Amino acid sequence: MADTIIVDTATRIFQDLCDAATINGAEKGEWPQALWDALEESGLPLAWVSDALGGAGADIADGFAVLRVAGRFAAPVPIAETLLAGWLLAQAGIAAPAGPMTIAPVHEDGDIRIGADGRLSGRARHVPFARMAKHIAALARRGADPVVALVAAEGLVVKPGTGLSGEPRDEVSFDGASAVQTAPAPGLSPAGLALIAAAARTQQIAGALERVLDQSVQFSLDRVQFGRPIAKFQAVQHNLAALAGEVAAAGAAADGAAEAIAAHGIAGDVAESQVAIAKVRAGEAAGNGAAIAHQVHGAMGFTYEHSLHHSTRRLWEWREEFGNEALWAERLGRMVAARGADELWPFVTAGS
Amino acid sequence: MNNTFQFDPVELPSECKALRQEVRAFLKQEIDAGTFSPGGGRNENARAFARKVGARGWIGMTWPKEYGGHGRSQLERYVVTEEMLAHRAPTRHYSTADRQSGPVILRYGQEEVKKTIIPRIVSGELCFCIGLSEPNSGSDVFAASTRATKTEGGWLVNGRKIWTSNAHNADYMIGLLRTSPPTKENRRHGLTQFLIDLKSPGITIRPIINLTGAHDFNEVVFDDVFVPDLHLIGEVDMAWKQASAELAYERSGPDRWLETFQSLVELVRVAGPQPSERQAEGIGREVAHLATLRRMSLSVAGMLQAGKTPAAEAAVVKDLGTNFEQALPNKVRLMAPPVGDSIPDSNDDRFEQALRYTTLIAPKLTIQGGTREILRGIIARGLGLR
Repeated sequence: MADTIIVDTATRIFQDLCDAATINGAEKGEWPQALWDALEESGLPLAWVSDALGGAGADIADGFAVLRVAGRFAAPVPIAETLLAGWLLAQAGIAAPAGPMTIAPVHEDGDIRIGADGRLSGRARHVPFARMAKHIAALARRGADPVVALVAAEGLVVKPGTGLSGEPRDEVSFDGASAVQTAPAPGLSPAGLALIAAAARTQQIAGALERVLDQSVQFSLDRVQFGRPIAKFQAVQHNLAALAGEVAAAGAAADGAAEAIAAHGIAGDVAESQVAIAKVRAGEAAGNGAAIAHQVHGAMGFTYEHSLHHSTRRLWEWREEFGNEALWAERLGRMVAARGADELWPFVTAGS
Repeated sequence: MNNTFQFDPVELPSECKALRQEVRAFLKQEIDAGTFSPGGGRNENARAFARKVGARGWIGMTWPKEYGGHGRSQLERYVVTEEMLAHRAPTRHYSTADRQSGPVILRYGQEEVKKTIIPRIVSGELCFCIGLSEPNSGSDVFAASTRATKTEGGWLVNGRKIWTSNAHNADYMIGLLRTSPPTKENRRHGLTQFLIDLKSPGITIRPIINLTGAHDFNEVVFDDVFVPDLHLIGEVDMAWKQASAELAYERSGPDRWLETFQSLVELVRVAGPQPSERQAEGIGREVAHLATLRRMSLSVAGMLQAGKTPAAEAAVVKDLGTNFEQALPNKVRLMAPPVGDSIPDSNDDRFEQALRYTTLIAPKLTIQGGTREILRGIIARGLGLR
């Protein structure tokens, strides 16, 4: 279970410094400096880095809990990415620098190489917030050996791109760059990095869905049609009840993944299956939940002026990143099939 | 504002792990002995099976020891229940009493009834049914009109209950009966719960065959049936206050998402170790839903253990769970391997049987024990919409 002080701290920072104008401003390219400074001062972005490596030394569960809050507030800053970058650097014993970071590669077929001359090569696509990052924590290889490289963003060729959320999803070329520091990371692979990153996204999805439910309930109580609040219509009530179910399911699924990683790290079947379950279920909930929220909000929720899209556009982006529902479902299905029919129930109850 | 329902994580204590293995070993033994088949119907040897389960101490697990219960935790009971369901054990003889009727008697029944009836439930002897629905009172449960009229030493019951599952095998019914008219202020007023001995003179039980061809539910007719004062459960006219706790127990258990699980098991079997892309993806999706529901259901058991009454959370689990289990056979159907004359042993095999059975029972899953519409109303109330 996560530390409530950490969750309360995160909530307060976002409440004070992450309003709708901040999120709209960030989409126009205005870096929310005050928000980032407050986060950095609190130590939250480096929660997954030990004191010895310059971080806050919090538990895995705490970092995930912070991401749930960040998702609730549609935080337009690379807090998940910096957490993940700190975690990746720590896997190789590299101290985390200050400032916003991101990770590369995002895709499991990512191939960033370090040559005999120490120079990097390779290209990473859909890198979140690359153009805002001071450093990129890259999982590269030297020959066949996995190596974590801390790379300064300055000097890298970053081709800006924009995701569904309006957040930066950039293409980064590492060709010719040299790392600030490298260290071996035996056993790590882009798939392993994607596993923990997928778990992070499920927390953000769960948080965003909580916000979407709150907004939808409030809207239905405020909006009057046919002489009464639309909340009084059974059709609307039933839609909102279904939304509440999706929100609860996403939260429970995300908790399962977080618990598994906290207990087992990213290696092994339990972590893989729990992250698969979470990304499939939370990803489905993201789509189903956003659809209901928009239906309840009517035309108003389809305007740029209304803040509903801050959450729904992120939901559509996050469900796709680090493996969508189809990809994780197929992987999970193959795990089940390999074990056979009579092992299905033991598989579902594994760990309890 | 925070409208999200909380499903606190539950870690099963170590005694639950040992218990699970114990239940699995017992079930394997019973399957091997031919007591039941995980692929077969649900009524085989249900009475004998209940005695065996009772002897193991797995009925009335959470009930106080002074009435013959076992004083164990909700989580231990949860583990036993889900293992029974996942293996399709024939729990029908005791499951209603274990889940609902026993807790109601313990909470609202009279001392002498608790002392005499509860131990006979715990042993696996007694079978219960629930008398709620009537011809003109389905989801609108507080519209019940079957009357209980005061007479010397007890009550005289007249009227009809319908859709009463397993009444033909049951020893007792807990019935919701009208003792006073509703009031203007409270239309739920005037109903009372009674323990009714189904062997009493004046009771006629008629089968109603369902669309699967099975005899599960019944019409139960009462013609001047005498019920002693001793069998009054709780306060006269105040049953509406007693019903909600009962439903929290009923609504979130593994029986609300495991009813069609067998179709998925048999699909995994026929799909084999190298399933097609379509099968692998489809199986993975359903397993993701199942595992998440289980987590939520377990969480409700944890809340019950902590003494809470998570009514809205239980309704969320039942709504999601029954929608899942209802949709599952159709998903499975579309993932089925090809059939054809060139494929031996594929006519009426285990897979086809499981798919046929689960497809046929699917419609009832979002009706029994509170329809989807009723559940969504409860959830909406939990959200502050009504």
